[in-house]
Amino acid sequence: MILDSKIPEGALAEKWDKHKFNVKLVNPANKRKYDIIVVGTGLAGASAAATLGELGYNVKAFCFQDSPRRAHSIAAQGGINAAKNYQNDGDSIYRLFYDTIKGGDYRAREANVYRLAQVSVDIIDQCVAQGVPFAREYGGLLANRSFGGAQVSRTFYARGQTGQQLLLGAYSALNRQVAYGKVKMYPRTEMLDLVMVDGKARGIVVRNLITGKVESHSAHAVVLATGGYGNVFFLSTNAMGSNATAAWRAHKKGALFANPCFTQIHPTCIPVSGDYQSKLTLMSESLRNDGRVWVPKTVEIAQRLRKGEISVNDIKEEDRDYYLERKYPAFGNLVPRDVASRNAKLVCDEGRGVGSSGLAVYLDFADAINREGQPAIAAKYGNLFEMYAKITDENPYEKPMRIYPAVHYTMGGLWVDYNLMTNIPGLYATGECNFSDHGANRLGASALMQGLADGYFVIPYTIGDYLAQTPYDKVSTEHPAFKEAEQNVMGITQRLLSIKGNRTVDDFHKALGQIMWDYCGMARNAEGLQFAKQEIRKLRDEFWQNVKVTGVNEELNQTLEKAHRVADFLELGELMVDDALHRNESCGGHFREEYQTPENEALRDDENFAYVAAWEFTGTGNQPVLHKEELKFENVKLTQRSYK
Amino acid sequence: MAGSNPNAKPMDLTLKIWRQKDKNSAGQLVTYPLKNISPDMSFLEMLDVLNEELLVAGQDPVAFDHDCREGICGMCSLFINGRAHGPERGTTTCQLHMRHFNHGDTITIEPWRAAAFPVHKDLIVDRSAFDRIQQAGGYVSVNTGGVPDANEIAIPKTIADKAFDAATCIGCGACVAACKNASAMLFVSAKVSQLAMLPQGKVEAKTRVENMVAQMDVEGFGACSNTGACAAECPVGISLDNIAMMNREYLGAKASSENV
Repeated sequence: MILDSKIPEGALAEKWDKHKFNVKLVNPANKRKYDIIVVGTGLAGASAAATLGELGYNVKAFCFQDSPRRAHSIAAQGGINAAKNYQNDGDSIYRLFYDTIKGGDYRAREANVYRLAQVSVDIIDQCVAQGVPFAREYGGLLANRSFGGAQVSRTFYARGQTGQQLLLGAYSALNRQVAYGKVKMYPRTEMLDLVMVDGKARGIVVRNLITGKVESHSAHAVVLATGGYGNVFFLSTNAMGSNATAAWRAHKKGALFANPCFTQIHPTCIPVSGDYQSKLTLMSESLRNDGRVWVPKTVEIAQRLRKGEISVNDIKEEDRDYYLERKYPAFGNLVPRDVASRNAKLVCDEGRGVGSSGLAVYLDFADAINREGQPAIAAKYGNLFEMYAKITDENPYEKPMRIYPAVHYTMGGLWVDYNLMTNIPGLYATGECNFSDHGANRLGASALMQGLADGYFVIPYTIGDYLAQTPYDKVSTEHPAFKEAEQNVMGITQRLLSIKGNRTVDDFHKALGQIMWDYCGMARNAEGLQFAKQEIRKLRDEFWQNVKVTGVNEELNQTLEKAHRVADFLELGELMVDDALHRNESCGGHFREEYQTPENEALRDDENFAYVAAWEFTGTGNQPVLHKEELKFENVKLTQRSYK
Repeated sequence: MAGSNPNAKPMDLTLKIWRQKDKNSAGQLVTYPLKNISPDMSFLEMLDVLNEELLVAGQDPVAFDHDCREGICGMCSLFINGRAHGPERGTTTCQLHMRHFNHGDTITIEPWRAAAFPVHKDLIVDRSAFDRIQQAGGYVSVNTGGVPDANEIAIPKTIADKAFDAATCIGCGACVAACKNASAMLFVSAKVSQLAMLPQGKVEAKTRVENMVAQMDVEGFGACSNTGACAAECPVGISLDNIAMMNREYLGAKASSENV
């Protein structure tokens, strides 16, 4: 199999414009002859469904939540990047492109990232037109703030709930199309298989989560906007329902999975407090604009603190180590997420961590409060401070926050070409579900940008190119391919229900998460990864012999829903380990302990690993086949990333 | 472990939980004893513990809606001891922690009660009426592309901030659950006011308020009698002012409506 990225010819800045001219168009009267399925209604899915509906296509949109408004994009806090240069501080499309490529540690495609930076400016215009209430200055124009990995202020925000406001904007556009009858919405419906006819994606099989009924839907193209797979780790900042099942089942039908080991561990999350913990809560990266990260200078002080012999406010200024400011004077507390997370792990491994577990560092706002006053800080971060206080019962205005890294985002995902089409004709992947724009590490405020770029401004063009070359004929859901996929789904369900074992789904999920966190988390090494692979296989075998799923299919059965998802995580986890094991270098969020500089920074191997690793499924338990897409850097020079 | 209060003792509780097989079955409160609950647990984590125990015992776990567990998605929806989202003000159920309960407490947990929110199972209700109200007009009619530069629309900060306050509604339905009439006025007014305040939304303000209110009535929500229970129980503090604003908008629209 040869992976063709279909990157257009020509100069970087002209590729997208040229491509938009060269793609084939479907005339307005013919658009209504095409049906498109969109799975997932977060930023990437809702924006795509709404825009495709506006264009005149017949869209069916699916989400597992009770309403499209609840997709997990809603929880994004800090902001959305755009190269507007409203602040006149030196930003440009090229700088956003450059920062994103560099932030991704040179493992993303130049052409995709440049296009992302180009359309970023249109996103802000679109959202404002929809009535998204971004933060504004007293003059009535839009406000910006800065984010990690950038030295300009290009992040647009709506207090600490930017994702909510952007998603509600996309949801409103989606609702308008539902009202017009151009989008049919299927909430509480979960995709459990992809249907292919003559080698092309022609539909999906879903389970109605209220009745359990398994149903087929046919279309001319399928768009997966189903988010990331961070919940492989059980504990993450993802929503409880976030899952990889749609993407994984498409992978099992032949879609390649790219760079699965590139996971982002976010540096500022509330630390784990007990075994019952069900999820981890992010504290927005925007807090690092004003919060200073530190730990005690010595292990002794840290120990006394952990034992409760002294309190944090007793520690003298000279006994504090603001380690990010010390090591990275140019970027300070605003280094990219992978760097901040790794350094938090380093100081905790040295024994200088805080909190009773020792697995936390401080994020301190005392200086900012002294400088600007508590009301100014509350105006910027009030809802985050409240959330912190609710969860920890501590007041962050008086005591520094305790934070620790947690799994947050997955840069890997389904392999797509420049058109966002997977290697399966007619199957597209957008937003976090694909792998394309963030390389080995995503910069803050870039996930919202990518989701909306893909949905509003990329796929509406590129999907037309494919459909223009596709006959109008519909495939009946009575086609044997649909019946076979339905049988497959019902077969998995029956198998899960008939095991009647002794161990719960959550228990398996937690065990998997622990393996992934210990051996395929912030730092990895070959020995640990090999061990993890065996452990995952053992756990998966046990799952299929001993899992306990109660109830029946024909009802609202949340245990069964989880069982399907965890069954897939148990396969995906092994692929992540395979990918991490094969990539004998460190880059971005993938830190292999064997490959580091004397200063403990990631040591890339551009000669051997400047490629996208796209994996082909060959059967559960079989070794997947690696396909490589070489990354060509024609505009940026590959250098050791430095934030010093 | 790293919990805020290492000396806090685990507690034993008695739960009375609404169990209902499906939309067409009758439901009832069932009592479950639960031991050794950490005060640092969230309320939903406490229910996770119960469900694991039920599963191990081979019983059907309690179905409840939840997703982000960060207080923003609006999916969680429990009526706890007669209060929407429980005893803490300005808090969703997922952000409610067990430290607000005491050892030996009996806690009653029910679904939202409203004719427009039929029960799917146990504590899960059908809130699709909210989506249909939004579909009736909760948007600005702009297609993707072809819009002006974002900074061509200057909006006074005070207006933008007020619109933002209204826009933070999470659509959980606590306002309906808290209201003795099961009125959806707070939910509907939040979107109506957000868009009526902003220049982008003013163009369609009249038809929007007429259509959304009409759909609200179709869905079977009750009338508003201005008791303010909705705003008092709203987890994100949506203000009663929005209802006043919607009433003004509605009267204005009706006074000059072409639909009368």
